[in-house]
Amino acid sequence: MNLIVEKKNFSEKVVMLRVEAPRIARARKPGHFVIVRVSETGERIPLTIASANEKEGTITLVIQAVGSSSQRINALKVGDYLHDVVGPLGRPTEIEKVGTVVCAGGGVGVAPLYPIVEGFHKAGNRVIVVLAARNKDLVILEDEMKKVSDEVIVMTDDGSSGRKGLVTAGVEEVIKREKVDRCITIGPAIMMKFVAKLTKEYNIPTVSSLNAIMVDGTGMCGACRVTVGGQRKFVCVDGPEFDAHQVDFDELLMRLNSYKTPLKK
Amino acid sequence: MKNLDLDLIKERREQPWREELRKSKKPKERNSVPRVKMPEAPIEERISSLTIEVNQGLTEEQALLEATRCLDCPKPSCMIGCPVEIHIPSFIKFVEAGKYLDAAKIIRETSSLPAVCGRVCPQERQCESQCVYNAMKKPPVAIGYLERFVADYEREYDQSHPKKAEETHITPQLNGMKVAVVGSGPAGLSFAGDMAKLGYQVNVFEALHDVGGVLKYGIPEYRLPNSVVEAEIQKLRDLGVTFETNTIIGATLSQEDLEEMGFDGVFVASGAGLPNFMGIPGENYIGVMSSNEYLTRVNLMHARGLESETPVMLGENVAVIGGGNTAMDSVRTAKRLGAKRAMIIYRRSLEEMPARLEEVHHAMDEGVEFLNLHNPIEYKSDENGRVKTMLLQKMELGEPDASGRRRPVPIEGAIEEIPVDVVVVSIGVSPNPLVPNNFNGLKISPKGTILVNEDNQTDVPKIFAGGDIVRGGATVILAMGDGRKAAAAMDEYLKNKK
Repeated sequence: MNLIVEKKNFSEKVVMLRVEAPRIARARKPGHFVIVRVSETGERIPLTIASANEKEGTITLVIQAVGSSSQRINALKVGDYLHDVVGPLGRPTEIEKVGTVVCAGGGVGVAPLYPIVEGFHKAGNRVIVVLAARNKDLVILEDEMKKVSDEVIVMTDDGSSGRKGLVTAGVEEVIKREKVDRCITIGPAIMMKFVAKLTKEYNIPTVSSLNAIMVDGTGMCGACRVTVGGQRKFVCVDGPEFDAHQVDFDELLMRLNSYKTPLKK
Repeated sequence: MKNLDLDLIKERREQPWREELRKSKKPKERNSVPRVKMPEAPIEERISSLTIEVNQGLTEEQALLEATRCLDCPKPSCMIGCPVEIHIPSFIKFVEAGKYLDAAKIIRETSSLPAVCGRVCPQERQCESQCVYNAMKKPPVAIGYLERFVADYEREYDQSHPKKAEETHITPQLNGMKVAVVGSGPAGLSFAGDMAKLGYQVNVFEALHDVGGVLKYGIPEYRLPNSVVEAEIQKLRDLGVTFETNTIIGATLSQEDLEEMGFDGVFVASGAGLPNFMGIPGENYIGVMSSNEYLTRVNLMHARGLESETPVMLGENVAVIGGGNTAMDSVRTAKRLGAKRAMIIYRRSLEEMPARLEEVHHAMDEGVEFLNLHNPIEYKSDENGRVKTMLLQKMELGEPDASGRRRPVPIEGAIEEIPVDVVVVSIGVSPNPLVPNNFNGLKISPKGTILVNEDNQTDVPKIFAGGDIVRGGATVILAMGDGRKAAAAMDEYLKNKK
């Protein structure tokens, strides 16, 4: 199990791995994630399942190299194994027919957005995808998204692909143009915070998939706790998706920095 | 009172060698021997390491002498105090005779984890509390220490005589039925051992990447080395039990999947993993965490190990909230991680503390500060959100509450602020909802525990449950007792059904 059967480099730092995991491939739904450990000494890190092939018994993960573990995962080759993969975890996305859905993804968050876009499109919604990245090289899954949505808008910080500007500019453009019934946003916490702020002004129900620090991913430690509507929630079992207008993003951003300041010896 | 197998007890007790042994010393000689003292690692040495075991185990001489204290009662009340009903005098008399492997065999008839229980059971509330010596106003026979001695002797013997160990493996006669166990903690392991001996094919499913549940992620190395747990689990593997890690029942495999896989029975022992928090202001600041998170990082993920990639928060002033065994484990871990001030913050007094007395004493010896009759009411942070101080409300004891314990009442205006870098919240756990939420037909209490009958059977006849998922947060040995009871009952049920 956990054999890597395919690898694709989306960019220098973003890699797609297709991994053998038949039970997870069978049980997973859009929005689910897995916890992965690269080796005996590795830490447990959460990764969203971007897609799955039940027949072949594989799941697809997209990993951005940001730290030691993700760098080590991204250095693996076809034929290597991931030491541990457990899931599917979290609650799946609630997919229903609501009308027009704007899906806003930033950076590596575009990968977990993919099965959600696909799901909403299959359910008969008009789906508009706004993809955001720092530059052209970091835009991922553009073609794939086009196949499962009605429109794809690409936004880059430097204008090297699509339009110049932040994800919020793309989302606002759609809101001004047509009636939007729901927004779904996945990406860096700071991006989701601003998407939520924007859609709140327009009163558009918005769901965000939160990326908290996790250890076990099964609800036993509370490392991933967030405040939603004044209540304590665990991202791994109560989420990862929550009503973005209820999430305390500032607290999430603060807690994501838990291990960034050097630890005292 | 439990129904002990008095015939078997009598038969064993009347064996000639044992009669002779019993008569070799007068009761007076036996009960004038002072109770053995457990050798401990020196304090300075042990708090400098996460792995040095504090209790070092009895020497052979100590074990032999302590075993002579046992009076070999005809109706051994100690057995009544043991949740898995180990034939205590039988194993102790084998120790007195120097036949340690025979002693181990006796223990293993009813216990799958003697090296674990000998270390972590609260014997003072179980077997030893029923020892006849208590009535004589003398300290009870050190049953737990002897159990540990026997189990450790057996493990070391097995490891140094691998061939012989192989020869003594029991290979049960398979009865053609298979059972699934959800969770590899003490309840699941005990159930698995008993069912394997009864001839069932047993598959244990574990959500984490390592087997053992709380024995691995919770109880620290200095109290229960993972290698000891691993050796006990290996014994189960030798019996034919298979373990599948990274498999969450209710997520990776559904109830229907288990059905399709042809399991005749299911034992749910998924534990109470969900940590409780107090809900006070600032509890989400960086540096405040559950004891489950703290201990998992250190014990399961080896956060301070040389090669481990998992970090753990370190601090000079560490406060642990709570007074249970998990709180003691956390605060002593903090001490070993270099905290200058490792504090227990407990809202009642020392007398009400639920932790084992031995653990409290060890913690005190190691320099842990006890701020009893103190309750946190708020945390404050620096500009980065890292916890910096805590506000403590001083308490006094009022009238007894429903539990019969005197209730802590805040002393008006008595609030102090103390500096803290790390806070570990250890105020209990709730049942993990994964199985209850994803199984049909189970009856669940308002607290989230699975409801079972006296045989540990749920409303779905082929599903049994035990341990913390039934009890809420309880102890290792009660969980093991549940596993044993459920195994006997499920065996009965499946045989009759056939």
